Amino acid sequence: MKYSALALLRGALSAHRNWVPAWRSPEPKPAYDVVIVGGGGHGLAAAYYLAKNHGVHNVALLERGWIGGGNTGRNTTIVRSNYLFPESARLYDFALKCYEGLSRELNFNIMLSQRGIVLLAHSRHDLDSMARWANAMRMNGIDAQILTREEVAARAPLLDMSPDARFPVLGGFTQRRAGTARHDAVAWGYARAADALGVDIIQNCEVTGFLTGAGGRVVGVETSRGRIRAERIGIAAAGHSSVLAKLAGFRLPVVSYALQAMVTEPLKPALDTVVTSPGTGAYVSQSDKGEIVIGASLDLFPSYAQRGSFAVLQGVIAATLALFPSFSRLRLLRQWAGIVDVVHDSSPIIGPTPIPGLYINCGWGTGGFKAIPAGGWTLAHVLATGRNHELAEPFQLERFITGRLIDEAAAAGIAH
Amino acid sequence: MMQLKCPWCGSRDESEFVCGGTTHLIRPDLTANDATWGEYLFFRDNPKGVHLERWRHAYGCGQWFNVARHTLTHEVLSVYAMTDPPPAHS
Repeated sequence: MKYSALALLRGALSAHRNWVPAWRSPEPKPAYDVVIVGGGGHGLAAAYYLAKNHGVHNVALLERGWIGGGNTGRNTTIVRSNYLFPESARLYDFALKCYEGLSRELNFNIMLSQRGIVLLAHSRHDLDSMARWANAMRMNGIDAQILTREEVAARAPLLDMSPDARFPVLGGFTQRRAGTARHDAVAWGYARAADALGVDIIQNCEVTGFLTGAGGRVVGVETSRGRIRAERIGIAAAGHSSVLAKLAGFRLPVVSYALQAMVTEPLKPALDTVVTSPGTGAYVSQSDKGEIVIGASLDLFPSYAQRGSFAVLQGVIAATLALFPSFSRLRLLRQWAGIVDVVHDSSPIIGPTPIPGLYINCGWGTGGFKAIPAGGWTLAHVLATGRNHELAEPFQLERFITGRLIDEAAAAGIAH
Repeated sequence: MMQLKCPWCGSRDESEFVCGGTTHLIRPDLTANDATWGEYLFFRDNPKGVHLERWRHAYGCGQWFNVARHTLTHEVLSVYAMTDPPPAHS
């Protein structure tokens, strides 16, 4: 059923009894062409692009919990493509361009709001490194604009710009095309569109093992809902990638950490852009509901606990209140953490694994949400064709052997 | 706040410590090939369960020590010296 103003009107006239579930909940079939493990944004997008771009419709997406219940539902909804190196710029800007057309393509409002992102420079060193960063972006064909102190103040008037500010703002830069998108809507939009193309979305289905055949090739998965055979299998499980890799018999250059975020009670519109302060580790925006959304830096010890520690919480709140003193009277509504898959160079891994027939999309670490369309697109490509998509070519597992790392630690924007 | 028990200073807040990651990693021989070096530098078990890791009491005595900690519950199972062999938790 197509969503439109007319459908809404028709619903209103029929007491809204006309709506049908946005996707089916089928029983798993014994075999599929492709099985995707992980029902977050990347897995759902991969399922959708497999069907749409490659005509592979016999696809199952297996999710241990509920779709979008992991990091896709636990991020700060920021989308941007302000990365340093050409390989990353191409990949992340591809994702941003997909996001720009996604509501129309999926017939599902992902509430993309290109309100821009402002990065704050708190020192002379910050000013220099941000000039380099913005110039690198422009060299890569991504929009970036260096801001003076006054221009930053005009974009975020609640910032403490007084002379005795704890973290003085000397300037910064902006990517105007950055912004936010509704995270749940991205998951649901992809799920609905994939389902419409024949993909079976199977929730509450945990993968407990991999079946291998001749030559060590994967031929299926053992799950909590029975054995499912598949020609090719893709893993998109973020912080749990190492757990699945262990089941398949290999290791990844990944360490799982908790990454926290929180929202305050809603208030009237007060902040119409995303403000990031790399120096203090805080990034702040206001949701369409009015909540102030605050993101933290990593809890820097390995964790699968999906809850953050108070030490980091305290640090990011202190930083946020130093930047925005007027937020001090707000109460926090919710605080949570997602388990992120951090690799040494803060760049993703999208491609084959040491196990034939098994492919992986992981390593997005602290910034997977913004990349969902690109991660899904490139994983679908390698699953359908057996060849890496050109955007994913630099982001292979082998780089941790060859040493050709793409170090985006700075552009990841979150203290590692 | 989570607390860790420094072998020298006793229980202190998590914020006084820095985690140094997986412990008991053995540096390969200088003649080792790229794959061996890559494994040593980057590839980790990253277990959902008991993890043997090193911590430093950075804002205290500055000493390193080993910890066996569960990565899902954050329960500390044992604290032991840097030169001790791995405990039998896992």
